[in-house]
Order: sequence, then structure tokens, then C-alpha cells
Amino acid sequence: MLDKQGIAKRIAKEIKDGYYVNLGIGIPTLVANYIPENMDVVLQSENGLLGMGPFPFEGDEDADTINAGKQTITMLPGSAIFDSAMSFGMIRAKKVNLTILGAMEVSENGDIANWKIPGKMVKGMGGAMDLVASAENIIVAMQHVNKAGESKLLPQCTLPLTGINCVKKIVTELAVLDVLPNGGGFKLIERAPGISVEEIIKATAGKLVVEGDVPEMVI
Amino acid sequence: MNKVVNGADEAIHDIKDGMTLMLGGFGLCGLPENCIAALVKKGVKDLTCISNNAGVDDFGIGLMLKQRQVKKMVSSYVGENAEFERQLLSGELEVELIPQGTLATRCMAAGYGMPAIFTPAGIGTEIAEGKEIRNFNGKDYLMEMAFDADFAIVKAWKGDTMGNLVYRSTARNFNPVMAMAGKITIAEVEELVEPGELDPDHIHTPGIYVHRIFKGKDYEKRIEQRTVRKI
Repeated sequence: MLDKQGIAKRIAKEIKDGYYVNLGIGIPTLVANYIPENMDVVLQSENGLLGMGPFPFEGDEDADTINAGKQTITMLPGSAIFDSAMSFGMIRAKKVNLTILGAMEVSENGDIANWKIPGKMVKGMGGAMDLVASAENIIVAMQHVNKAGESKLLPQCTLPLTGINCVKKIVTELAVLDVLPNGGGFKLIERAPGISVEEIIKATAGKLVVEGDVPEMVI
Repeated sequence: MNKVVNGADEAIHDIKDGMTLMLGGFGLCGLPENCIAALVKKGVKDLTCISNNAGVDDFGIGLMLKQRQVKKMVSSYVGENAEFERQLLSGELEVELIPQGTLATRCMAAGYGMPAIFTPAGIGTEIAEGKEIRNFNGKDYLMEMAFDADFAIVKAWKGDTMGNLVYRSTARNFNPVMAMAGKITIAEVEELVEPGELDPDHIHTPGIYVHRIFKGKDYEKRIEQRTVRKI
């Protein structure tokens, strides 16, 4: 079973040289730590920055330089700053190659719910609805089951939707799964170290496609 | 073409109860701190505030919420604010949540003189309820209207007396698009210079969009999530 760092490490393998990448809050943020050093990757922060670098050293924090999670950050050489409209313009126009975000639920046709739980204080969708509506390559990082032990990979989402037919790949503590087109379901691609196919079947409520021997992931 | 006013109180003097205001900033970054303080002092109420976030309890728009000056917030994300939550749950405050890109682009549309935009954000979700949907090239888009705000209040790094503005780092965020969108736009700046001192090639907001400008003072520039790297 993978921990959060393990999920981030596995997702980092999906990043290709030359990619512009938007990382959501939570596990996706950790992915930045595992991008191979020989790769040229530019991180987009939707509050208006391309070229996001690591957190600053103590004493170097700049109140004017934050990421979309409102954390102090640094800018790498070659960074560019722009306004919020242009930021979502480049997202809508599909200039950002890969979007990685968290989710509460994903359905077998790639719908995602990650912004609202009825009966709880709603904080807002931020940029999530814009990202999932436009990005062509969306990877979800999340736990396979919720705290009550219920699967988060469902036939249909039960929570209010953030976007429809948009998730392409899911990485959980148990598995890597592709979301097949046209409601084809979740296709099991890799197992986490020490996890059996049976355990993944048990933890997946939506349609799961298992073909042949499913390899254990290498991270 | 001198647009300089004598501080925040004068800049906001004709903002009245019930008006719609745009306030620049993302989280606590790039906030018009001086104008917010002046609005709190003036005590105008029943305001509709269009701003990406609602501040925290004791900073930003949170200060106006505490004085019950806000009737409605129009934002993309309103977490991190206990007083906001209390007023919302008790029904004292109305909130309209809008996808962040839609929020920014509705500002932009107002500044570009376009009545509406089409965006895929929110298709298939509750955000789309009751809105016109158009299909272009096989994909559905929501029609979203340009904002109509009485005042836009923004914060820039530098400005000249003609209202030309330059922002700094990610404090730019919503400020340029809101500056374009107000019927009256107020800019507060850290440094106010004479015409000619800013390079015309480096202006982010042309002064034509700005009606009043002043040099702000005592900027706190609070950091919401101070995060540092371990050595």
C-alpha cells in the first residue's frame, strides 16, 4: 500500500519532458518533489504564475509571491506572471499539458466530485471546475476508499459534481487505473506493492476491468 | 489628466449603501488594504462584494464582514473565515460561488465591452442550472454575463498620476481585470510617480481604466500560509 508520498512519486512518472503542469492542493502538491531533475517541466499556479519553484528559505518569504494554496513560494528563472483571466485562458485553451488534482469521488465514466458535501459548510470550487472542464489530461490523486471504508470509485458520483467525463487516470494507495472512454469503467493498470487484484476489486464499487496479469508498480 | 486623490477616504467618499464593489486580490495577496480600512471606517453597508476570496477573520474583506457591511459575497473560494461561516449559516449573508476562471473572465468581459462569455466550466454541474447552454464544435458551453460593478478597487505596486499601473509578482492576480471592469476604478499603489517614469512598454493597466489613484500607506501585506523550505 502506498502512502501519500508514494502516490505522489507514482504520479510523477506520468510527467513528460517539456510539460506545463498544474498541481492541485494536497497530494498533488507533493508531486513537485519527485519530478526527475533531467526533465524540463514548468509548474503553473492558477493565481497567475508559470515557473513556480520550491518554498522559500526562512527569511526569504515574499508576501506578493504565493501559490494557489496561498503558500509562500519562489519563482524559478524564466518565470512569467499574468492576471487571473489569462491564467484560466491558458487552461481553457489547453496549453497546460497535465492537471493533477484530488477528489472525493470519481465515477466510471470519469465524472469527478471534489468541491461540496451537502450539509457541510461549502467553501467553494476555486479553480477546480475550470480545470476539469478544459484540461485534456487529468490525473486524480486520492485514497481508494473513504474514512468509512466506502469506495470512492463509483458507478455514479453521489456528491455534487465538479465536472463530467473528464478524469483520465487515477492513482490511489492501492492501484493505478485508467478511466476508459464511453463509460467503459476503470481499467486496472498497476497494483501497489503488496496489494492483490482481489483487494482492489473489493475496494472498487464501479465497473472494474481487469485484463491478464496486472503488474506491480515500480516506484 | 491628473487622477490623484488625497488618500483612501477621499477615494471611496461616494461609495454608498447597497452598491456593488469589485475588490482585487487573491487570498490576502494584492489586497487594497487602505480602501478596505476606509470602507470599514465609513461604515457603508448592504454591499455586494465581488472578490475571489472573503479574507480571514481579522484581515481583508473579513474586516467588513465583521462590521456586517456585506450583504452578498461573490467569490470562488471562501474558506478560512469563521465569522463568514457564522453569518452564512445564520442567513445574514448571501454567497454566490463562481468558478475562479469564470469570475476572472466575467471581469475581463466587462473591461473589453463584451456582454457575455461562453465557458465549459460548470457544464453538467449545479452551476449550469438555469443558464443558457450553447454547443460549439461538439462541446457544450455555459453563457455567463459580464459583471456590472459600481466600483472596482484594486491594489498595484506602482502607478503614475495618470492612472497607469504596474503590479508586482502574484499580487497581480485579479487586479488588472477588475481595474478594467468598474464603472469607477480606484487604484491604491505603494509607489506613486510622475508621468514618464514608468516605461510605457511595461504598463499592465493603462490609465484610461483608472479614475482615482493614491499612494497607500502602512501596508501590512499579511501572509496567509507562511511556508518555508527546510535547509
